[in-house]
Amino acid sequence: MLLYQKCTNGQRFSEQKRPEKAVKMLGRAAPGVCQVVALANQQQTRNMATLKAISMRLKSVKNIQKITQSMKMVSAAKYTRAERDLKAARPYGEGAVQFYERAEVAPPEDDPKQLYIAMTSDRGLCGAVHTGVSKVIRTRLSEPGAENIKVICVGDKSRAILQRLYSKHILSVCNEIGRLPPTFNDACKIASAILTSDYEFASGKIVYNKFRSVVSYQQSDLPLFSQKAVETAPKLATYDSLDADVIQSYMEFSLASMLFYALKEGACSEQSSRMTAMDNASKNAGEMIDKLTLTFNRTRQAVITRELIEIISGAAALD
Amino acid sequence: MKIRLASSKTKPETRIGFEFTNLTINCLSPIFQKARKISSVKYNKLPFQNPKMALAFRNGLRTVARRLQVRNYADAPKGDEMALTFAAGNKVFYDKVVVKQIDVPSMSGAFGILPKHVPTLAVLRPGVVSVIENDGKLNKIFVSSGTVTVNDDSSVQVLAEEAHPLENLDRAAAQESLSKAQSEYSSASNDKAKAEAAIAVEVAEEILKAASG
Repeated sequence: MLLYQKCTNGQRFSEQKRPEKAVKMLGRAAPGVCQVVALANQQQTRNMATLKAISMRLKSVKNIQKITQSMKMVSAAKYTRAERDLKAARPYGEGAVQFYERAEVAPPEDDPKQLYIAMTSDRGLCGAVHTGVSKVIRTRLSEPGAENIKVICVGDKSRAILQRLYSKHILSVCNEIGRLPPTFNDACKIASAILTSDYEFASGKIVYNKFRSVVSYQQSDLPLFSQKAVETAPKLATYDSLDADVIQSYMEFSLASMLFYALKEGACSEQSSRMTAMDNASKNAGEMIDKLTLTFNRTRQAVITRELIEIISGAAALD
Repeated sequence: MKIRLASSKTKPETRIGFEFTNLTINCLSPIFQKARKISSVKYNKLPFQNPKMALAFRNGLRTVARRLQVRNYADAPKGDEMALTFAAGNKVFYDKVVVKQIDVPSMSGAFGILPKHVPTLAVLRPGVVSVIENDGKLNKIFVSSGTVTVNDDSSVQVLAEEAHPLENLDRAAAQESLSKAQSEYSSASNDKAKAEAAIAVEVAEEILKAASG
């Protein structure tokens, strides 16, 4: 409780004293920083240590800038790899969806059970990549008929966003996604988790971020169907020599390949978005550093001037 | 080399025999209307009295030759062509490329796919997929598992979990992984591990078979 009060004090102080961006630079205020500032504030009232407070802030902002800059470099390297991988995965994903489009598979109307898969990752600080995906699912869950929807969260970020309000919809959560580039093995693990979950969905969607360019991505979805839906598809009769076994194995594999594709798209969007976010953060930190340096120099000057005045007026009083 | 035409209207032009010494002229271009009557022409001694006419004839020939040359490239897939998408988790081999024939090993037996194959679905088993490209080149690629889809628009999607060209396979490494998989199979404790090991054995056996040609 005490800590919380100190923090709010610190924030109020910061709102008056320093530029607005100070609080918002990384999209959130770190509680630890607030505490330090609050202590410095108390000191300042006793003697004139403003200079010290400013120089401490300056140092911390410089450190933050260093961190964001190196994060940007790292994600730039990861992004080039992700984009190269994505180029190879695109025909794969398109090929996987092709059959469902060609056979005109439609979700059955009498069975409302749906499964949504949120493709995010564990890592934050990458703009609105994860919020975008979670928002699509949140909007769907707030609509009527949501009681038949279950959600699988891939990545901790979507879980963190959805668990507070929609925890009863969450079927399972996969984490440890996003540190390394996704592999087909990861997709297989998710697919087998879905297939062994005993939740018999009739249709569903994989919600992911589709990468468009370095600066843009878009939430899109891939369709999921149950075996029953495929078997009752109007154009399935044109397909030759099918039995339940073949369809089942086919669908299991195509689920894995669609997940793989969605993972790749997601990873690429995430890295590109992180790159932009970190670039912006470094730029904002640079602005803050400029402003703080100016204030620091001004204050130092003021202190020197005041000390001079004190000396001169003291000498004048003696005369 | 087979010549593909952009449209059926210009088809008769393909009948031009391109030995310049013995021209069987049979085409729609107006410049050849007159020349059509001549059954056999020596290119060097054009039987035109008018030199201008001869020049036009020669120019016409050149344009036809050029147009035919351009059409040698495979065009966008048509009704009787099959566009192959062959992708694996590690690499894309073909992306909507028109090919002649594809042979795939499936769970229900190996089969070949030609254009206008009846739409079907199949599950790949470990083995060699051979693709005969439009220019007759044979491309052999080893796949571990995956799916084959033949759609009603004659497009084919081969999606593999992992695929490598045959020449990249190493026989010694395959032998090693086979013995490893076999020992795993014999030491497997539960059904799931046993099934997994059986799959590994099958894949290793197939790699070995493919690598030793």
